[in-house]
Amino acid sequence: MKRGTKGNFHQTLAPMLFLLPNMLIFGLFIIVPAVQGLRMSFTEWGVFTQPRFVGLANFRELAGDAVFWKTFTNTLTYSFFTVLLIMIYSLALAMMMHKNTIKGEQVFRSIFYIPSLLSMISVGIAWRFILGDEMGIINYLIRLMGGNGVRWLTDGKLAMMSIIAVSVWAQSGYYMVIFIAGLQAIPNELYEAATIDGASNHEIFRSITLPLLKSTLLVVLVLSTIASFKAYELITVMTKGGPGYATKLIVQQVYQVAFLEDRMGYASAMSMVLMLIISLFTIIQFKITGKEQGHE
Amino acid sequence: MSKKSHTVVSHYLVLIILSAITLFPVLWVILSSFKPQSELFRVPLTIIPKTWTLENYANSLKAGNFVTYFSNTVFVSVTSTAITVLINLMAGYALAKYIFRGRNLIFSTMIATLMIPLQVIMIPIFLQLKNFGLLNSLWGIIIPPAATPTGVFLARQYLVNLPDSLIEAARIDGAREHTIFFRLILPMSKPIIATIAIFSFMWRWNDYLWPLIVISNNKKQTLQQALANFVGQLQINWSNLLAMTTIAIIPVIIVFLAFQRFFFSGITAGSVKG
Repeated sequence: MKRGTKGNFHQTLAPMLFLLPNMLIFGLFIIVPAVQGLRMSFTEWGVFTQPRFVGLANFRELAGDAVFWKTFTNTLTYSFFTVLLIMIYSLALAMMMHKNTIKGEQVFRSIFYIPSLLSMISVGIAWRFILGDEMGIINYLIRLMGGNGVRWLTDGKLAMMSIIAVSVWAQSGYYMVIFIAGLQAIPNELYEAATIDGASNHEIFRSITLPLLKSTLLVVLVLSTIASFKAYELITVMTKGGPGYATKLIVQQVYQVAFLEDRMGYASAMSMVLMLIISLFTIIQFKITGKEQGHE
Repeated sequence: MSKKSHTVVSHYLVLIILSAITLFPVLWVILSSFKPQSELFRVPLTIIPKTWTLENYANSLKAGNFVTYFSNTVFVSVTSTAITVLINLMAGYALAKYIFRGRNLIFSTMIATLMIPLQVIMIPIFLQLKNFGLLNSLWGIIIPPAATPTGVFLARQYLVNLPDSLIEAARIDGAREHTIFFRLILPMSKPIIATIAIFSFMWRWNDYLWPLIVISNNKKQTLQQALANFVGQLQINWSNLLAMTTIAIIPVIIVFLAFQRFFFSGITAGSVKG
């Protein structure tokens, strides 16, 4: 499909000028740094020392770096459970609110969207206030009922669980909106026909809703996965990566090694691993949306 | 009670319980920020403050550089949003309404930069900003992330659907290319301008990582940085922190309540932030 106009000199120069600011910014602040980051991963590089080419040394060191692998598996654990729970919970919310049949549906949707408006810093502050060992309201209620306080953020295993739960709370409303749009695109006649045929709710969900929602499910899967690999703020505020290394993710480790330990080359090698994972999922997303547009 | 109305009631019940869980943390922070320090952790805890007070707000405003952080954040969010809207619309217009060599290549390259989020280029970005003298400058937060792939995508998608005949008619009347863009295209793009502006504003208001990398000078920090620093201290003054957090939350909730429909249509159109 060709659209647009072709014409005199002004009409060939104009689009270049319109594109200029964006192209400059993308070039100077994304493409050049990306190439630079790749180059840096093969060097020893500090703010105060001369860069030195070291070949694959950084990557060899990375392979045996226990802390890096801990942050790597933490990132995978965090990502896996956050994405899984977000998918289930946001789809469940959408299923309850996509038909425009019950009164106040719009109000409920807005309520569930509210956490997505908050910065991850504010979310972290709110939940640290709630989950505090001594003074948090949840432990207060537990003690009131005769129980012992739970160390939500200071116990190794629980801290990761708490972070995951808070991430799900904070983000599900956003994905709910995408699911609602997906559900509303499914023609109503299909449901009516199935009901007339006497299909149960469970059968309708399995044989109509899920298959027709496939592309939406994939979009949410990919978007939430990419978002989970970029997580930084919540952990900074809630646990600082602790206790020990229990909740430290790759991005935290990159920041620490680059800016606090001044080993920018080595930290760049870590970034490359992260970039590889994120690129993979972005390419999957392009493939899906590309296919979608092909059908239209 | 019939089976149907029974399901409706339980449906509501579930929604109300989940809404309560969703809203509680936000309300708890806001309500607690109005309690005097002595009441904040006093047993038994009270949901609604027994004594309402604004002292935490007064203390936050007096303490340190809070007013500076707030005005830095307003300046960054407003300026960035204006720039983002303008340059993304310009780029989207060029890609939607002109035919030239390399058009598809430029468009796909811009979209492909989605694969390179700040999190993976923090280090070279830091060095690049140092080269340009943009470290510790609010412009260092404003300009580098101003061009967004999602913004270009949304603008192009909207503008492609405007009829070419309008532009051609303007050209026949002797209008120059930039006049057509500013006088004809921009006024017709209000819905997409609103969508891009709202998402850009929210993102900039809430952003932490860009300011963290660009700014180390205390006077140039943003609200989110100030909050993160405050919560990083060994002894947290929760009363003040909750008041500051509330001040940081209220603007985004107001923007949301005022422009709800743009939020939901924007998410489904772009399915990405920016």
